[in-house]
Amino acid sequence: MANNINIEVSPVSRVEGHGDLVINVRDKKVEELIFRIPEPPRFFEAMLVGKKCYEPSHITSRICGICSVAHTCASIKATEKALDIKPSEQTINLRKLVYHHENVQSNALHVYFLAAPDFFGVGSVIPLIKTHPEVVNIALRIKKMANDMVRIIGGRAVHPLRIVIGGFTMLPSEEEMLEMRRILKACYPDLEKSLEVLKTIKIPDFERETEYISISNEYEYALYEGNIKSTDGWEIIDQDYSDKIKEKVVKHSTSKHCRASRDSYMVGALARFNNNYEKLTENAKEYAEELGLKAPCFNPYMNNIAQFVEIIHSVDDSIRLIDRILADGLDEDKMMADIKTGGGRGVGVVEAPRGLLIHDYIYDGKGRVEKANLIIPTGMNYANMENDMKSLVPKIIDKSEDEIRLACEMLVRAYDPCISCSTHFLNVKLINR
Amino acid sequence: MGKPKIGVFGFTGCGGCQLEILNLEDQLPDLVNAVEIVNFTEAVTEHSDNYEIALVEGSITTRHGIERIKKIRDIAKIVVAIGSCAVTGGLNCLSNRYGLEKAKELVYGKKKGWIDSIVVKAVDEYIKVDYYARGCPPNRFEIVDIIRSLIIGREPEIPDYPVCVECKRNGNTCLYEFGITCLGPVIRAGCNSRCPNSGVGCDGCRGLIDNPNVNAQKDLLGKYGLTVEDILSRFNFYNSCKNDNGKKKNDNSGGLQ
Repeated sequence: MANNINIEVSPVSRVEGHGDLVINVRDKKVEELIFRIPEPPRFFEAMLVGKKCYEPSHITSRICGICSVAHTCASIKATEKALDIKPSEQTINLRKLVYHHENVQSNALHVYFLAAPDFFGVGSVIPLIKTHPEVVNIALRIKKMANDMVRIIGGRAVHPLRIVIGGFTMLPSEEEMLEMRRILKACYPDLEKSLEVLKTIKIPDFERETEYISISNEYEYALYEGNIKSTDGWEIIDQDYSDKIKEKVVKHSTSKHCRASRDSYMVGALARFNNNYEKLTENAKEYAEELGLKAPCFNPYMNNIAQFVEIIHSVDDSIRLIDRILADGLDEDKMMADIKTGGGRGVGVVEAPRGLLIHDYIYDGKGRVEKANLIIPTGMNYANMENDMKSLVPKIIDKSEDEIRLACEMLVRAYDPCISCSTHFLNVKLINR
Repeated sequence: MGKPKIGVFGFTGCGGCQLEILNLEDQLPDLVNAVEIVNFTEAVTEHSDNYEIALVEGSITTRHGIERIKKIRDIAKIVVAIGSCAVTGGLNCLSNRYGLEKAKELVYGKKKGWIDSIVVKAVDEYIKVDYYARGCPPNRFEIVDIIRSLIIGREPEIPDYPVCVECKRNGNTCLYEFGITCLGPVIRAGCNSRCPNSGVGCDGCRGLIDNPNVNAQKDLLGKYGLTVEDILSRFNFYNSCKNDNGKKKNDNSGGLQ
C-alpha cells in the first residue's frame, strides 16, 4: 500500500441518485475526503410557490419515487396544520398503516437488493437469482407484500393517489384488509429464513459515536408523528426544528449539509433504533438481539440490520393496526375532513425510510403557498458520512486500495442514501498519485 | 433481436421509473432471463457501454446531461424514454415556469453561482427517441410490453385514445359528476385510468393524444361551469415544458385555449 492514494468513485452504484466519492491520502493522512453530489437540483421549493393547498402533496411526492408516501404525508401534514384541517382517527390509522409498508418496501429493497450483494461478494442482485434463488424469492415476496399494501391503501406503489389533505379519496375494502392481514401473517417464515441468512454475514467492525436524531413519541415506535429527539439529550416540538437544525450550502454538493449539536449527525433506521428501541415489538427486539444489534449502536454499517429489524416491527404493528381499523369499522363518513382554505404556517415532520423529513409551508390568506422549506434525510446524513469515512480510512490505511474503496462504498450504501431526494447518485474512482 | 443488452439510465427525476422496473416483482426473474442488463446504476455495480436498448428516465437539466444523452443515442439502436420527466419534461418544468435564475436564488441564495442548471427539457428535444413509456410513474407493464415487442419484432401497442375510454370500461362514474376536474377526455390512455379509479382527477401525466378533441373538453368544462383556467394549472403539472420551450410562446395550453 502506497503512502499516498487518491480514490475517486464516480458514481457510487446501488444507491438512489448520483454521488461521487473523493479520497486523497498523503503520507498515510487523509488530506481530503468529500462526498460530491453533482445530482442536478430540481428546485422544488420554487415549484411550490403559488400552488393551491391540494397541489403540494402531488408535487413533492415526485421528489422521490422510493419514499413518495413519506413526502406525501409530510406535505399533507404541513398543509393540514397551516389550514387547521383535522383528519379523522381512521385517516391517521390508515396513514400509519400505509406508512409502515413504504418503510418495509424501501428497507427490503435496500437490505436485499442493494446492500446484500456486497456481503455475497457480487456486483448486484442478478447473480444471486442463480446462486441464492431462495433469498431472492423471499426478497421479492416481501417487497411485493409491502407494495401491495401501499397499492391497496394509496392506490399505487409509487406516487400514491388516494392519500390527500383531509383524508383519503377512497378507502380499501374490508376484504382487501383481511387478505393483507393473511399475507402479513404468512410472511413470518420468510422473515425467519432471512434472519438465518443475515446471521451468517459479516458486518464490518467499525464504530464512531455521533449524534442520532429521529422523531419520537411516548406511545409507539414513531414513524408518522412525534417530537424531534436527539441522543445528545434534547427534544423539541416539530415546528421548532430550526432552533436546532441548521442547513448550509457547501460547494461540492447540490444538496445542502446539516448540523445540530455537533458538526454532523445521523438520521435513519439506526437513529430511530437508538432513540426508540423500547417501543419496538417484543418480536422485533428478539430479532435485534439475535443479530447482535443493541441500543445504542455506534456502527453505521449496522444501519442495514436496523432496517431489517424495522421490517419485523412494521409487520407486527400492521397486523395490530388492521385489527384496530377493522374493529372500529371502515367508515366512508370519516374518509374526508372539511377542507378550509386560508393562511398560516404548518410544519409536517415524519420519518422517511432514510430518516427525519421536514416540510415547512407558509400559506398566504388565499390558500396558496407563499414559501416552502424542505429538509431531506439524505441531506442531513452527508456530513456524517464524510466524518465516518474520515475516521474509518486511517484505521484501514494499510489495506489495499480495492479494500479501502469497497469499505467506503459499503459505508455510503449502509446509509441507504437517496440522492434524488436530497437533490440524486454516488460515483467512486481510485487513482494512485 | 435475441437476448438484447439493455442499459437503464437516470437523468433528472425521482428514480421512481427505475423503481417501477424493480417493482415488477412477479416478472422480474423472467425479465432478467430474457434480456441482459448491462447498465443500471441504481441496482447494479458493473456497467458497460455495449448495449442495444437504452431505457432513459428523467429530463435533461444540465450541460453534462446533454453530452451524456447524445452519447447514449450514439451507442443504442433503440432509445425508450420512460416516465413523464423524460417524455414531456414532466413536473421538473414547473421550475422553468418559476424562472430558473429566480429558483436558483430562492433555494441556494448567494451561492446560486455554484449551481449548473439549464432550462428543463424533454429527452427528445435533444435526441431522437424511438418509443415512449409515458406516465408518472410509467405503467411498468407497458415497459415490459415495449421490451417484449422489441424482442419478438412487433410494434408495441401504445393507445391513441383518451383515458375516458378506459375509465368507462372500468365502470367509473364520471368524476365531473362529483365536481372533480379531470383531464381524461384529452389525455392518452394506457394507464388503465388509474387516477379516476381511485377517485382522483387525471393530471395528464401521459400527455395529450395525437388528435385531442379539444372542443369536447371545452364543452365539458362549460357544462360543469369550469373554465380553461381551472384545468391549466393541472395540465401544466406535466405538460408545460414543450410549450414553454417551443414555438407557441404565448400559448401554454397545449391547444386547449
